[in-house]
Amino acid sequence: MNERATFAAPAASATASDADAVQGGETVGVLQAVRWACARDLLLALRSRAELALIVVFFVLVVSLFPLGVSPEPQLLQRIAPGIAWVAALLASLLSLPRLFALDHADGTLEQLVLAPAPLPALVAGKVLAHWLTNGLPLVLLAPVAGIQFGMETDAIATLTLALLLGTPTLSWLGAVGAALTLGTRAGSALLALLVLPLAVPILIFGAGAPESVAVGLGAQAHLSLLGAGLIASWVFGPFATALAVRIAYE
Amino acid sequence: MTGMLSMGGYGFYIWCSYGALALAIVVEVWSLRRRRAQALELARMAAEEENP
Amino acid sequence: MTISWFKYSAPANFYPLAGRMIPWFAGAAVLLTVIGMYIGFVVAPTDATQGEAYRIIFIHVPTAWMAMFGYCVMAGWCAASLIWNTRLSAMMAQALAPTGAMFAFVSLWTGAFWGRPTWGTYWVWDARLTSTLILLFLYLGYMALRAAIDEPRRADRASALLAIVGVINVPIIYFSVKWWNTLHQGATISATAAPKMAHTMLAAMLVMIFAAWFYAIAVTLHRVRSIILEREAHTDWVRALATGAPAGQAGRVGTEASR
Repeated sequence: MNERATFAAPAASATASDADAVQGGETVGVLQAVRWACARDLLLALRSRAELALIVVFFVLVVSLFPLGVSPEPQLLQRIAPGIAWVAALLASLLSLPRLFALDHADGTLEQLVLAPAPLPALVAGKVLAHWLTNGLPLVLLAPVAGIQFGMETDAIATLTLALLLGTPTLSWLGAVGAALTLGTRAGSALLALLVLPLAVPILIFGAGAPESVAVGLGAQAHLSLLGAGLIASWVFGPFATALAVRIAYE
Repeated sequence: MTGMLSMGGYGFYIWCSYGALALAIVVEVWSLRRRRAQALELARMAAEEENP
Repeated sequence: MTISWFKYSAPANFYPLAGRMIPWFAGAAVLLTVIGMYIGFVVAPTDATQGEAYRIIFIHVPTAWMAMFGYCVMAGWCAASLIWNTRLSAMMAQALAPTGAMFAFVSLWTGAFWGRPTWGTYWVWDARLTSTLILLFLYLGYMALRAAIDEPRRADRASALLAIVGVINVPIIYFSVKWWNTLHQGATISATAAPKMAHTMLAAMLVMIFAAWFYAIAVTLHRVRSIILEREAHTDWVRALATGAPAGQAGRVGTEASR
């Protein structure tokens, strides 16, 4: 807690001017707000490196459970690998999502952000960007490992990685809206899962479908285009929907 | 009558389906009446607390 | 003489209006059900390929349709509640959700019992059934979020935003599931495809759709009356209603007598 308090105070750091502006009461521009929120969250995340490692370990663990639960037969594993990787990615994101807002909500920082002179959608976008960098991107980088574990072909692995790269930011936004809506409720992560997972189904279908399609010999252009469209849509609408959800929590 | 019940051999599936819907409707209507009674009771108790 | 409809956006005024409407919709629902069942079981012929089993369609399609339509209407009420900040719109959405969820569940159940004799298995991952399953989760998520938030107005707004995000996603989900299904199954036939419909079969199905619709309206109006009583329990008119005493002049909204 102390770490968070001292960081919030203006310090002689690269983001000092941003921090000053956000807390100083001048109206802050969009990019400045994004940069400030992202840098702050990244710094806080890096201070609890153990939690970051946890997500990575969870992903690898879940992926490893499937051969144990299903069968080690290589052909079967190769076929189900994309789906498993995506389900594991979904579950891993769900694990980390509550932390997006809960910690800030608990110590009152989130309320300050709502009241700050910076545009809330921009602050939220910075937070979600930081969240994706620390939770989504590691999964993208780990995808080849999972692919090799399941004996996927190289081009399928590449497609899986690209699909995860395009899809995980959208997942972060869906999760951000869900996390903001469930702020301060007694319900656990089960409620967040119930809210987010049905909405994530299209991403799962196209994200897993892309490497499957490549493995069969058809192209994955349609899948990747749709994932890309989802990426753009989520970054355009996500900040506003999430900011609205945060405001609802504070009325 | 037996024709109605067996429905050309598909009786089990048809009546399980219609039965489930009928059951759902009965449960819904019953729970609606209960909810209304409870709401009125709560309001009545709150009112009587204020004006005993 | 113009009717001021805005008067009815106050819960106290809507309450008696809803009460008067319920018997009409309930009666219509019963009548249409009787007619629909008569046409469906007595008039409509046996299907050539599916035998009598196809008659499940007379409740499977109406419940599936109402589940989908109900979610859109619910989302509409939610949007209204956010745009105009009206309590009653949120209450209508709150009242509609359980019935929509019930329809979604029954649709899945009847789909399973239709699939077993015709296609051999109780469950198939076809596009419509899978989408309806996800729709059921969306309903349950709405209800669970409402239940998790104690403060009623915050619950209204949070669940409204969720429903709006959900309704935007429903066509996307349906499209992606349909695509996924045709890709994997290869066949273009939906697992619970309707038989080539004779006029009487179609008539029965349409009558049952309207029956389901009027039932849903009646049930939702009844439920919203209870919700109004619960959420407005602190007001004079509700207190008067509950204790049976004549309502005092002060605190009554509008000129409708409460029933």
